[in-house]
Amino acid sequence: MAGGETLLDVRGLTKVFGTLKACDGVDLDIARGEIHALLGENGAGKSTLVKMLFGSLEPNAGEIRWNGEPVRITSPSEARRLGIGMVFQHFSLFEALTAAENIALSLDAKTPISTIAAKAQALSYSYGLPLDPYALVGDLSVGERQRIEIIRCLLQTPQLVILDEPTSVLTPQEADKLFETLERLRGEGKSILYISHRLEEVKRMCDRATVLRHGKVVGHCDPRQETAASLARMMVGTEVHAVVRSVDEGAGTADVLLRVDHLNRAPATPFSIPLRDISLDVRAGEVIGIAGVAGNGQGEFFEAVSGEVLQDRAEAVSIRGKPAGRDGISGRRRMGAAFVPEERLGHGAAPAMKLSENLLLSRHATDPGVYVGAFGIVRGAAISAAAKRINQMMDVRKSAEDPPANALSGGNLQKFIIGRELDRQPSVMVVNQPTWGVDAGAAARIRQSLIELARSGSAVLVISQDLDELFEISDKIAVMHNGELSKPMPRAEATYEKVGLLMGGAEPGHVHHHDPAEMA
Amino acid sequence: MGMAEAILLTIATAATPLLLAAIGELVVERSGVLNLGVEGMMLMGAVTAFGVALMTGNAWLGVVAGALAGLLFSLFFGVLALTLVTNQVATGLALTLLGIGLSGMIGVAFVGQPGVKLEAIFIPGLTELPLVGRLFFGQDPMFYISILLTAGVMWFLFRTRAGLTLRSVGDSHSSAHALGIKVIAIRYMAVMFGGACAGLAGAQLSLVYTTQWIENMTAGRGWIALALVVFASWRPWRVLAGAYLFGAITIAQLHIQATNLADLASLPGPLFWFAGLVKSVPSQFLSALPYLATVIVLVLISRNRRLTMMNTPASLGRPFVPDR
Repeated sequence: MAGGETLLDVRGLTKVFGTLKACDGVDLDIARGEIHALLGENGAGKSTLVKMLFGSLEPNAGEIRWNGEPVRITSPSEARRLGIGMVFQHFSLFEALTAAENIALSLDAKTPISTIAAKAQALSYSYGLPLDPYALVGDLSVGERQRIEIIRCLLQTPQLVILDEPTSVLTPQEADKLFETLERLRGEGKSILYISHRLEEVKRMCDRATVLRHGKVVGHCDPRQETAASLARMMVGTEVHAVVRSVDEGAGTADVLLRVDHLNRAPATPFSIPLRDISLDVRAGEVIGIAGVAGNGQGEFFEAVSGEVLQDRAEAVSIRGKPAGRDGISGRRRMGAAFVPEERLGHGAAPAMKLSENLLLSRHATDPGVYVGAFGIVRGAAISAAAKRINQMMDVRKSAEDPPANALSGGNLQKFIIGRELDRQPSVMVVNQPTWGVDAGAAARIRQSLIELARSGSAVLVISQDLDELFEISDKIAVMHNGELSKPMPRAEATYEKVGLLMGGAEPGHVHHHDPAEMA
Repeated sequence: MGMAEAILLTIATAATPLLLAAIGELVVERSGVLNLGVEGMMLMGAVTAFGVALMTGNAWLGVVAGALAGLLFSLFFGVLALTLVTNQVATGLALTLLGIGLSGMIGVAFVGQPGVKLEAIFIPGLTELPLVGRLFFGQDPMFYISILLTAGVMWFLFRTRAGLTLRSVGDSHSSAHALGIKVIAIRYMAVMFGGACAGLAGAQLSLVYTTQWIENMTAGRGWIALALVVFASWRPWRVLAGAYLFGAITIAQLHIQATNLADLASLPGPLFWFAGLVKSVPSQFLSALPYLATVIVLVLISRNRRLTMMNTPASLGRPFVPDR
């Protein structure tokens, strides 16, 4: 438990990217047999810090001591040799290879694959994380992929396991399973560095916490002695305003503005999910949230609703009562809908183009005559005015008057993109992952604006992996699993447990997701 | 030596340079690098092999020199595309153009000179076997090298840890980097192997296929090799099948174009009728037939999209800059 001898001791670790100090003199010590939390917002330097500990990044200054000895960790294989294992946030797996081959790539080259497969399977069952070593990674769910990462890490018999945001892709039940595994590892005397921005799970599991803000350590604490609010304050530096959600007055009676009717879609690639008979009504004044583990068809669903992919039947998607299934994005926008995709740079905005140009790119088709005049001449003044209006409304913080999209931070760019759509007063708004990778202040602002849009009489559909967010803003929550959508349940009836079970595919009458590992 | 035997032998000779160049490029692309300079590397191999063989009188020294020339030339691509992270497509095209020009300049003195032939290997007893004797036991050494290389690449890619590492780099270079795999070093080795193979293919052209140096003598074979790799969905045995299919149809249409219909009067009725039908097709179409047939057959055997996706290197042609 905490208070044991020190395993890892980091002093003054610094990493500079250009002019940005991603890590600025970070101190951290981890004892044997403890679960140590590393807390911080997106961009606080957590990932940079652990990449230095795992040898993927080279520090500019500072010292790392391992078991009291100063060490230089120059590569991931050096880190593994010392006994540091890592479970990555964005999985470092190879989709076209099998689980066993993936594991083999980070182990001793002399062991044959068949031996590795047998060992991995045995270990996975002993930890209650069943794994089929011969399954192709591309066919597996995110939860199963994480198992591979964990098993791969454990096969190297590490003394310190680093987990980077491990629960962000799991159902609540899968997360519970992970916590059991971590507690068992702690019982075996291993240390765990647990990176998360989910405060409840940190409070529940971790012995100590180190909080980072803007690359600096702002405090050490015992998370069990703190409240979620006090931890949030340490992370953000200021009080975060809670989102206010008024009651949806016209519930269940207002007009249906967005209707999805028996939407089917064949898988586009061998590893993608087909959509199976999805029906959904979104009424004026309400926010419907769609929960689900990443990779269960949310992206495919968004593409179908936004018109990036057309449907066979025009009635499959209706906007304000008009069939829109055969119309493209601009056609659907002209019918009064607005869409914000998951990927900000390269999908929601053209990275190297100025904000005003990005505004023109989406609005010239929807507001004819406003931004483009006769003979296709661009109206600079109208665009500048609109860009200014949006930036003011959403409090977009930028370094120049009209910077390129990729010069903005993730949160500010997302505020701009959402604002660009809100500025049109759309009657239907569909957003995929509205606050992914966005700092707490910006996230609160975006959520509040979505609720306000709904209350002003629009229909809002939000797809998110963040359950807390959905519970905060939705009037109804539906769950997407394996390309199927559950019936939306009213916020009052929804609990984390119910939604979590649906995310794992446990609804009576639903075809259970084929899981080769469980069959083995 | 009968007619059929002779035709089979020429098919192997026509297919070997394609196979050599394609199997090398397959390894390069499996590591995630697209080197469009195959044609240029082949030409450099051809001219160097011819020149060294001519000056030393030893064809084997020519083979070694051809492979080395291809390797060194590919290193030029490696430095540009891997170390300096230039655009791979543009760099490969430049390599081809440079190879055409440079080989032509080096080869000015060789034009019209009789070259040195790399002699076929005869095995007493086996070579005299009817039909298959010459085919399997009386070929030139480049034929055996190409078959052994194909088998070797198959074994390396799918049976060894090093091959697994190479495939992983081609699938996701950022994942490989995160695991501590030296992405750039592996890609350099793959590029150099591909260069050496292209050099060998060039050596086969100037030491076996024609035994003379003609400017731009590869005549687009480098491009066919590149296409074979893609249409064979990056699988070695399909590259082999594709190269031989291409070789077979090339030779067949040459024979058809060269024969007079009157000489075939002895053929049985339906065959004679078929020959007549083929002869009535414009010769331009016949010349295009090898390309068309190879593409169609390889597309047909690649119908399984899942298998194709699994074998397609997902990082192909994407630049990689490790962050340190």
